[in-house]
Amino acid sequence: MEPILKLLSENCLYSTKDMAAMLDMTEEEIEEKISAYKNDGILLGCQAIIDYDKTDVNHITAFIELKVNPQPDRGFDRIAENIYRYPEVMSLYLMSSSGYDLLVTVEGATMKEIAYFVARKLAPIEGVVSTSTHFVLKKYKSKGIIHSSHTVDERENCN
Amino acid sequence: MFNCQNALSEKARSLKPSGIRKFFDMLTGREGVISLTVGQPDFATPWHIRDAGIDSIADGHTFYTSNRGTPELRREISDYMSRRFGLSYCPEEEVLVTVGASEAIDLAIRALIDEDDEVIIPVPSFVCYSPLVEMCKGRVILCETTPEDGFKLTPEKLKAVISEKTKLIILPYPSNPTGAILERDELSALCEVISSTNAVVLSDEIYAELTYGKAHTSIATLPGMKERTIVINGFSKAYAMTGWRLGFSCAPEELTEAMFKIHQYAIMCAPTVSQYAATEALRNGDSDIEMMKEEYDRRRKFLTRALSDIGLPCRTPEGAFYVFMKLSDYGLSSEEFCERLLEEYNVAIVPGTAFGDCGEGYARLSYAYSLDHLKEAVKRIEKFVRSLS
Repeated sequence: MEPILKLLSENCLYSTKDMAAMLDMTEEEIEEKISAYKNDGILLGCQAIIDYDKTDVNHITAFIELKVNPQPDRGFDRIAENIYRYPEVMSLYLMSSSGYDLLVTVEGATMKEIAYFVARKLAPIEGVVSTSTHFVLKKYKSKGIIHSSHTVDERENCN
Repeated sequence: MFNCQNALSEKARSLKPSGIRKFFDMLTGREGVISLTVGQPDFATPWHIRDAGIDSIADGHTFYTSNRGTPELRREISDYMSRRFGLSYCPEEEVLVTVGASEAIDLAIRALIDEDDEVIIPVPSFVCYSPLVEMCKGRVILCETTPEDGFKLTPEKLKAVISEKTKLIILPYPSNPTGAILERDELSALCEVISSTNAVVLSDEIYAELTYGKAHTSIATLPGMKERTIVINGFSKAYAMTGWRLGFSCAPEELTEAMFKIHQYAIMCAPTVSQYAATEALRNGDSDIEMMKEEYDRRRKFLTRALSDIGLPCRTPEGAFYVFMKLSDYGLSSEEFCERLLEEYNVAIVPGTAFGDCGEGYARLSYAYSLDHLKEAVKRIEKFVRSLS
């Protein structure tokens, strides 16, 4: 992977200056590259990974399996558009599973809120045959980051 | 009343405490210290290696192994030395598994050194070589390397100290603390000097996997050198396995046999669980090395640039995970600089003098730390050096 993309995929908080130092480049070179990645649609955005359990924010995640009937002219794409336009939908994937077609990640404040969203917004979309909702009870790791990892440096000085 | 002091051997009594230890003791109990002192990876051992250790216990591999190490591990070490460094060693007769590379260094020195035998040790370097030689009543011949030579042992410097009394030459490259490496042409020039003597070479290659941009060359790959070289390596740095205490030596049969005898009586065998884990490391761990090395490389570049930006330019290290920072422009000795930095700004770095008197004017900074940690350290160092000027 391109080194700048690799760094950003690991930590979106790296500054241009930090990245320039780590990759032995100038800040201008880093800025130009990032700008090009954005223009080419390669770098879509950078998001923080938050452990909501350590905040006072109510935050629930659910994975919803959708069985759908693809439409004759546009296959799954039209249905996908009708789903991903909702801001509650955090991710949407077309899957290879035999049991369902689309996997949707939805985030909300409560289970009830998500249940309403599925019942009132997702399920009625034309082409959706069935939904199966799985609520996340505990996050152990997301996007490569372990949620409960402790960071105490146990290393001793031994020469 | 019984007097313990009187019970001590002359050897133990005369052994000086490690200079580095003295500084580490100052850190004990201090709160909020940003330390750049640790000489070990900040990565935990990769999971597949840990699992191999756990499985070995679960499977009941809880007995002594062969004194030399398990046959499987010695075969893997032999394959590894061939695959990574182009060296060929017989796993049955030329490989010895030890408790860390440190034991292998001790064994090599004890196997070779009699009273008054001379041992050439380039400095600044790791702290263990001189005391081990002194305990064998050997004569330590320090060979000072300089920043002008990139802290590398040069043929001229070697010629100046080598003699018919030279029994052993220690080559600690890639270097802790300077980060210097020796490339093939530089090793070749040293070999020309060494080949006319009867000296054995102890090549401490514990940081061999951590070179940046240039592959490590072992002196044993040079013509005529394998038969007089003890190559020492281990799992601590390359595979982040410091706590597993496992190293090894590769050397001609006669030298290995002599080291083996001492090892057999002193240690018996290296820990069994560690040997199983290390076998897995060698079989499936090459990608772990690459991942960690890439991370160290980023930090290396970051730290050298960050120090340069605050007016502390330092030589870009080519190996290991240390920056040897020049601090002689501030009118303080290395110890004073480091002590005041600790007292006033709670940053711990190791005075260069811990690695030999010629380390005066320098300090060792480890970059086996996260980027945020390094940034905070540099920020505080900057405040400190500004307060000095």
